[in-house]
Amino acid sequence: MEITVNVNEHTIKSDIEPDCLLIDFLREHGCYSVKRGCETSNCGLCTVLLDGKPVLSCSMLAVRANGHTVHTLEGLQEEAKDFVEFIADQGADQCGFCNPGFVMNTISLLRENPDPTDDEIKSYLAGNLCRCSGYEGQLRGIRNYLNSKKA
Amino acid sequence: MITIKNYIRASSLQEAYDLNQSKQNRIIGGMLWIKMASSNVNTIIDLSGLGLDSITETDTEFSIGAMVTLRQLEMHQGLNNYTNNAIKNSVHDIVGVQFRNMATVGGSIFGRFGFSDVLTMFLTLDCDVELYKGGIIPLNKFSQMDRDNDILVRLIVKKTPGKFVYTSMRNTKTDFPVIACGVSCINGQYRFSIGARPGRALLLTDEKGILSNGLTKQSAESMAEWVSENIPTQSNIRGSAQYRTHLIKVLTKRSLLELEKVK
Ligand SMILES: Cc1cc2nc3c(=O)[nH]c(=O)nc-3n(C[C@H](O)[C@H](O)[C@H](O)COP(=O)(O)OP(=O)(O)OC[C@H]3O[C@@H](n4cnc5c(N)ncnc54)[C@H](O)[C@@H]3O)c2cc1C
Ligand code: FES
Ligand code: FES
Repeated sequence: MEITVNVNEHTIKSDIEPDCLLIDFLREHGCYSVKRGCETSNCGLCTVLLDGKPVLSCSMLAVRANGHTVHTLEGLQEEAKDFVEFIADQGADQCGFCNPGFVMNTISLLRENPDPTDDEIKSYLAGNLCRCSGYEGQLRGIRNYLNSKKA
Repeated sequence: MITIKNYIRASSLQEAYDLNQSKQNRIIGGMLWIKMASSNVNTIIDLSGLGLDSITETDTEFSIGAMVTLRQLEMHQGLNNYTNNAIKNSVHDIVGVQFRNMATVGGSIFGRFGFSDVLTMFLTLDCDVELYKGGIIPLNKFSQMDRDNDILVRLIVKKTPGKFVYTSMRNTKTDFPVIACGVSCINGQYRFSIGARPGRALLLTDEKGILSNGLTKQSAESMAEWVSENIPTQSNIRGSAQYRTHLIKVLTKRSLLELEKVK
């Protein structure tokens, strides 16, 4: 079946199988930041923005993105650059595997709530699992970024 | 893994209903639960083109379309004002924001999952379910019915004056609940909805009149004791039946005392 999706500001027309998942569609079109972690809708690694809202691309049919807009980390480098350095400064990432999902969801958090409390950050990012860290580094990084904006 | 031969975005409820009569076809809400199973589906029936994705509020009720997401419930000012944020509290720990942007009310209620926070919460409300063929029936009745091939169109929550409290106990923050507990007082009638027993949520009322002389620490304790004795529990990997029964007592008492504080 034919679908048309706007991915990172580019229109993609593609012929897909009905059970093609959004994650596979996106990777087939070069968005390798979108990765599989659990594939059971639990880890948040495959997070992309569909019409601006974070969703799990491992659990969504690609056909459901037909006529919609998708953003992956490839298309949001500038927006991410603002805060990822603060997270890196904390040594928050160890293997880094969870990072794309974390960054995508943090973008969404900061768009919805530009000045979140620590509890609001933890709550919004609760669906992003990290096997290596204890989440404290990520939290400190985001906090430092927010403080730097206020300084 | 799920394999799907055809995908149809239904153009009417009748079309969706007709397609859903075949055992090989499947309606999808958020598809999150369906995807967990290994199955071969002939036709996936998508309800997303039928305008069932909004919450409307009148002076007397809320109408919640089947395709409304759990995140929409969480963010809806009117629903959360009416329920003293109990709705927000009930869905808040379900996996993550991304997940709640996808999981639907229709899939959650139609599934009648034992672990469901959503079903447990809505049972505390004065709530009906509208089924395409089955018409409008009380949620409590629907929750006990066997699964069939009807379509859940919407939930209707009446704004009957009430107070609501929702709590759950989880081993880790975003895991399934070990026990889920919704307590309400609607028009003076107390309701106790207990889910993740781990079976389907059950609803009890104060049929013995334990709270008829008022809600005090003492009467809350007696009520909680009675609820825990009258809700059957079982053991699974998340907790033993005995632990669950104990939690029911603790959470019911706590919720009743919390309910007292709600303005
Ligand atoms: C990893 C994971 C963790 C979860 N954790 C929790 C938790 O902690 N607490 C909790 O309460 N829930 C939890 N859930 C359940 C979740 O919240 C949803 O209830 C569940 O995913 C079903 O919603 P859905 O929209 O994905 O439905 P789907 O998976 O699309 O559908 C579920 C079932 O309902 C049918 N269906 C869907 N919509 C309709 C309709 N309108 N009419 C008739 N039939 C319909 C489908 O055919 C299917 O059989 C979890 C689910 C997963 C996958
Ligand atoms: S891979 Fe999608 S949630 Fe884990
Ligand atoms: S840094 Fe390794 S999974 Fe998060």
